[in-house]
Amino acid sequence: MNNSRWKRFSNKNSFRFVPYMMGCDPDRETSIEIALALQEGGAEAIELGVPYSDPLADGPVIQRASQRCLENDVSLTDVLELAGAMRERGVSVPVIIFTYYNLLLQLGENRFFELAEKNGIDGVLVPDLPFEESAGLKKSCRDRDMAFISLVAPTTREERLKEIAQDADGFLYCISSMGVTGKRAAFAGNVKSFLANAQEQSRVPVLVGFGISSSSQAMQFAGVSDGYIVGSAIVEKIEALLPRFSQEQEREGAIREFKYFINQLVPAQPEKECNHAAENTADDIKAVSAGKTD
Amino acid sequence: MKTEQLPDNLGRYGRYGGKYVPETVMSALAELEAGFSEAKEDSEFLNLYLKELSSYSGRPTPLTFAEGLTKKGGGAKIFLKREDLNHTGAHKINNAIGQALLAVRMGKKKIIAETGAGQHGVAAATAAARYGLECRVFMGEEDIRRQELNVFRMKLLGAEVVPVYSGSRTLKDATNEAIREWVRTVEDTFYLIGSAVGPHPYPQIVKHFQKIIGEETSSQLKDITDQDPSCIIACVGGGSNAIGMFAPFIDSSIPLVGVEAGGKGTSTGFHAATMEKGTLGVIHGSMTRLLQTENGQIIEPYSVSAGLDYPGVGPEHAYLYESGRVAYESVTDEEALDALQTLCSEEGILCAIESAHAVAYALKAASKYTENEMMVICLSGRGDKDVHTLISRREGGSDE
Repeated sequence: MNNSRWKRFSNKNSFRFVPYMMGCDPDRETSIEIALALQEGGAEAIELGVPYSDPLADGPVIQRASQRCLENDVSLTDVLELAGAMRERGVSVPVIIFTYYNLLLQLGENRFFELAEKNGIDGVLVPDLPFEESAGLKKSCRDRDMAFISLVAPTTREERLKEIAQDADGFLYCISSMGVTGKRAAFAGNVKSFLANAQEQSRVPVLVGFGISSSSQAMQFAGVSDGYIVGSAIVEKIEALLPRFSQEQEREGAIREFKYFINQLVPAQPEKECNHAAENTADDIKAVSAGKTD
Repeated sequence: MKTEQLPDNLGRYGRYGGKYVPETVMSALAELEAGFSEAKEDSEFLNLYLKELSSYSGRPTPLTFAEGLTKKGGGAKIFLKREDLNHTGAHKINNAIGQALLAVRMGKKKIIAETGAGQHGVAAATAAARYGLECRVFMGEEDIRRQELNVFRMKLLGAEVVPVYSGSRTLKDATNEAIREWVRTVEDTFYLIGSAVGPHPYPQIVKHFQKIIGEETSSQLKDITDQDPSCIIACVGGGSNAIGMFAPFIDSSIPLVGVEAGGKGTSTGFHAATMEKGTLGVIHGSMTRLLQTENGQIIEPYSVSAGLDYPGVGPEHAYLYESGRVAYESVTDEEALDALQTLCSEEGILCAIESAHAVAYALKAASKYTENEMMVICLSGRGDKDVHTLISRREGGSDE
């Protein structure tokens, strides 16, 4: 992949933090400020969610954010254009559009990619489009130097995991546990061996997501993954700050509080490198020479 | 037209069907596919299913000649396939028994189900009670309020009714929530889906367990006459009674008609006419036709009948619509309620409002045929559950 933002992403040797935010929640301007705060707080890429009436893979927090945005008629086109505005204001990390398939289908693949290219989108994640259904969209992404982000779960069988991981672009999204998005106290019992296996198979960085709401939770996975995704915890924080975002004199304070919250989500670096230096140096070299950093 | 080879190996009927679900449940769908294809080749399993349908649910259900209705229609002889006489009062039990036995065969101890009006919920809870399965039924909070009687029946049967507060709090959201719960508990739980919808292999499984309706009808007709019927009619929400009724006739040339809920009229925006007004889209894991906005947000449908009040339709129906093999028509609330009344007074049968849609279409179309021709209606369920709706419409003209 020639996309320079993905190159930078994969060349990082840190334990990557990738936040999810719902596009235009609560509005376009605030979303831009939130994205800038995420980047400043250490985000290595941003997942930009699109509101949907029937978000099958999402828990209550993201469902509520969807509902809020739908009350304002936010569409996939609006969120793509938001990404363009984020770019203009200085967001330079990869931006991934997180959309359910029906929204993309209605906009039309051609129109979607036209808008995605125009607005600086680097990746596409469709939570209800499994491997079997995604070949066409993946090719369309590759033709445009975008990454189609693939997901694997603790229930994904060995052969299938291998097939998905070896064909992954951008990063491999590993679902930490059974269920929908949202905070949780415990992860799947086999999560570490699952992640280690994914790391072994994957040609791109392996990120873990679903249910991670603190840096200490994330750090459990530092030895067996290359980064983590936080979604519902961030969306919930935004929800809590909504009354303050809506008042001019409170906005600045709200953004400051949001930044503080994000800092708490990002572990002190470079713990990962220390781990690696101690335990995994040989593996790292092997991984790099195997083209793992793409 | 041959449809025996459908769905294809990706679960597609033409461009419809497939598996549009989170990765977490893909392995469970693969397990289900394997479990089902083994079971359907196993004569012991088939015999158990048939034995339960006859000795427990009361099959075969009769094919009744409706003399009074025939007179009213003024044309074709009208026959009723009496699914209303099944245990629990509707065709839903055929599928619930089939899938529950499949769950047992696959070693699952827990089932979950979604329900709108509560008919499938009651059927699933019934099968769970009989086969010793733990059962949880997801039901929209709004429907729980409207369908108190069925909620109580499910509880009596030992099921837990889980209220759903998301979205519009009706069947669409109950189905979303059941799928979400399945994603969480997929390792030990069987999702017993109630209609011919959902990701592959569900539409195929539901058709398999409902096709007994059409098979019995076919052999019962042969006992009466050598002549083919001129029309076979069934109501369509998700489409399980219709696909079961149509199954053995799809490869014939007998005209088949699916009747959708026209609500207050398909030009009003208050209807559930997925074929006429829907467009290509994905709902509950399947590519099909559905009611949605231009941007792809799913629209809450409307019908006086809770069982037809669904924004999508089974993918095989979408395929049969597109290929032209089945004609899909719609009937309004008023027409369906009038037909329900006519069936009551002419035949002494109180049918479900869902089934009354098929009756209403038959009454409209009968005069196009001669008295030597036959029409068969799938009378999918009985109307006891609808008495509250009927009372409130008679008293105040309101919808609920």
